[in-house]
Amino acid sequence: MPANSALRANISTEEGLRGIAGAAHVRPGGAADSIAGVPGRLVVEPGSEQELSDVLRYANDAGLRVAPRGGGTKLTWGNPPARVDLIVSTARLDQIIEHAWADLTVTVEAGCTMQNLEERLAQHGQRLALDAMWPERATVGGVLSTNDSGALRLRFGGMRDLIIGVTLALPDGTLARSGGKVVKNVAGYDLPKLATGALGTLGVIARATFRLHPLPQNARTFSIAATDIAEMLHCMMAIQDSQLAPSALQLRLSANAAGEIDILFEGTLPGLEAQEAHLRDLVEPMPVTETGADVWAARQQLASLAKTEAVAKVSMLPAEIATVFDAVRRVTSAQHARWSTVMQATGLGLLRLDGATEQLHAALQELRAVLERGGGSLVILRRPSDMAPLDAWGEAGDAQPLMRAIKQQLDPSGTLNPARFAGGI
Amino acid sequence: MNARILQEFRALVDRRAFISSPEELHTYESDGLTNFRALPLAVLLPKSTTEVQAIVRVCHRERIPFVARGSGTGLSGGALPVENGIVISLARMNRILEVDLPNARVVVEPGVINLDVTGRIAHENYFYAPDPSSQSVCTIGGNVAENSGGAHCLKYGFTTTHVLGLEVVLPDGSLIHPGGKTLDAPGYDLAGVFVGSEGTLGIATKVILRIVKRPECIRTLLAAFPATNEAGAAVSDIIAAGVLPAAIEMMDNLAIQAAEAAVHAHYPDCGALLLVELDGPLAEVEALLARTTEICRKNGAGEIRLAQSDAERALMWKGRKAAFASVGRISPNYIVQDGVIPRTALPEILNEIERLAADSGIRVANVFHAGDGNLHPLVLYDRRVPGQEKAAEALSSRILEICIEKGGSITGEHGVGEEKKMMMGKMFSEPDLAVMQRVRCAFDPLHLANPTKVFPRTRLCGDKPGEYTPHPLETAGLAERF
Repeated sequence: MPANSALRANISTEEGLRGIAGAAHVRPGGAADSIAGVPGRLVVEPGSEQELSDVLRYANDAGLRVAPRGGGTKLTWGNPPARVDLIVSTARLDQIIEHAWADLTVTVEAGCTMQNLEERLAQHGQRLALDAMWPERATVGGVLSTNDSGALRLRFGGMRDLIIGVTLALPDGTLARSGGKVVKNVAGYDLPKLATGALGTLGVIARATFRLHPLPQNARTFSIAATDIAEMLHCMMAIQDSQLAPSALQLRLSANAAGEIDILFEGTLPGLEAQEAHLRDLVEPMPVTETGADVWAARQQLASLAKTEAVAKVSMLPAEIATVFDAVRRVTSAQHARWSTVMQATGLGLLRLDGATEQLHAALQELRAVLERGGGSLVILRRPSDMAPLDAWGEAGDAQPLMRAIKQQLDPSGTLNPARFAGGI
Repeated sequence: MNARILQEFRALVDRRAFISSPEELHTYESDGLTNFRALPLAVLLPKSTTEVQAIVRVCHRERIPFVARGSGTGLSGGALPVENGIVISLARMNRILEVDLPNARVVVEPGVINLDVTGRIAHENYFYAPDPSSQSVCTIGGNVAENSGGAHCLKYGFTTTHVLGLEVVLPDGSLIHPGGKTLDAPGYDLAGVFVGSEGTLGIATKVILRIVKRPECIRTLLAAFPATNEAGAAVSDIIAAGVLPAAIEMMDNLAIQAAEAAVHAHYPDCGALLLVELDGPLAEVEALLARTTEICRKNGAGEIRLAQSDAERALMWKGRKAAFASVGRISPNYIVQDGVIPRTALPEILNEIERLAADSGIRVANVFHAGDGNLHPLVLYDRRVPGQEKAAEALSSRILEICIEKGGSITGEHGVGEEKKMMMGKMFSEPDLAVMQRVRCAFDPLHLANPTKVFPRTRLCGDKPGEYTPHPLETAGLAERF
């Protein structure tokens, strides 16, 4: 296409979008508007579900490639999309539609930040029991799409276990609802789970309904210092096999520091006292100190620091943690890289590697092989910009053709986030 | 189906694992919902994944619909055979394949009985949490299909929370392994989509389950209230106080009478009773128990009993778990309904049910999972009295409509199946259902897996919503609408 006709097409696209979302809510992409390193040409901020649906249909008909965006905290996750003609931001879809506090549910638009939601729920002594990273910016839709979860997953599950209803805007403009507003409901397919972790490749989450939990009356955090990973794992497994009921349990560990185990108890004061005593008995003679809630920010700190480092989400069987980190030690030492990790007792964790780009590339591949051999996975969340191409996801298993078929059914033109997801989707 | 294909099916399984004589087929003509009946052409009982694949491949090649079946305890007609189709019973695939206590995982075949999972790990102080009332006979495969709940899912979550991975034979006979023993495998959460899909997306041949450490202490409390309104208010106050019990169950007077007649649970004769179970570390449970007792008293509970032994606790639960069957003691026929409302709508809907019952002269006994608003009204009637069955059915449907009006659901745990597929259009809009159909088409483009269930009408893949036009596959004689 000659340059001037490309420009004309650009202008007419912009006009079309202005007609839907209003002139004030369509703008050319700037320096901050890139998705996994791919610049977005235009940004639109629809102000209602209907506008969102109209924008998507318009973009789909015009053959535009679309990347949905929430707070933009996890734009490096996934592979670089093939093209980003349009970023659809959910920034204006930020309303809390209904907090049915007596029913312990909330319905919220996708663009609402986790922190705003948290504050509103706290007014009635409730919470969405999931500690996402960067809650002041991360949105409900973004956390759902990336399936981020933190330490509370041990007790309360991930987004998949908390979401009970979703409205999805599909590229053809369909607004489809599934699930509902009640916690218990088995009518129809569980599409809230399909949307969770799909990284915006099937539809744009417009709103979601969640089950809520009461805020704990009291909470106390304890940390246990350990000399090595074997001891840490031993201690973690003993806690897991005991009748203690922690809300969170994590391991903090790095190449050149002694490890710490953090444990969170929530409940009544007498309950917490008894659990503390039980914990001290159980791990004797390891030293137990009461620490502050800030240890639970370790995951976010680890993921935030990276500029030149690589950060990966790792998944393994809890009982394999020591074996895996022996391999991490071996591989990183061979590649002259440094590492640190925050592992949850669920077997999910974040791993940060620091070193020369080429060697990080090699280390990530080697570690992915180690994890996949054990039935786990390594998903790259962030890497140095000069790193050679490396699939962010790794092996997506024998269901890949079916995943592609689902993508084909819901997004036949490949409008949403092309090539950003697992298995080349 | 011609004799050649029957012969081919027969050759795929052991001699006794192929059933085609009409008298034996009658065993499979319905599930727990016996007012729908249909005879399949044959029933096959494979004993391995390979056999399931071989059977499904023949179905795929010959365009023969199939219905997977566990123990047949479902209450929505999900395992009702499809005419001109076969039933694939997973009952013989009943091995527990792996117990991995350090990682709290158990891998089972689909025909394993729910309670047997706990049976295998109880000595190590672990249990499998989902506990449908039929747990001593229903299978894990059936639980996966229905996303079964149970009284304790208030705290522990439903089957879907406890299924981490699956092996699935897709309707073309191919094999996939969504999810796994580790969390968050790359790709879409297909295990999450499969659980609760009522046999319409394929057949699970292996299930990876998460198991749970038994809590240090379990306390079960029974509180007798003058009426359901007071009991309902107590439930709301318990939740508002930030207490999350393992279970809160409610029974009204008629349900109590039935349970007493059937299993002599020694329930007090009262307007409504609550069973509240708290579990966790001892000191925590004791503190919450004191709080809960106080809330029950404040809301007018007369008698409050705390189970003093495991035997007493078991007896308290026995009355509740036997509630559906017990109703047979006080009524010759009855409909078991399964609807959900936001819990706060409980008083309203109970008054409405009472009014409807009075107007129609049909009695309704009520059993609820009160903590999560899941109602099981039992609509009692006598088939021999002209008009009563129709009136009972009308009342039962009306209850579901009210559930939808209140923002609830037409089913909390029994599934849509055959019974409620016509209600789906009342709960969901046409575009909502069309998107679910698109997902189904990705799994099963020929609509061979339990094709007539869940959705109000069969739409072939590639259909556009709106006016009926024959699908290209139909025109070509390659498919028909079942």
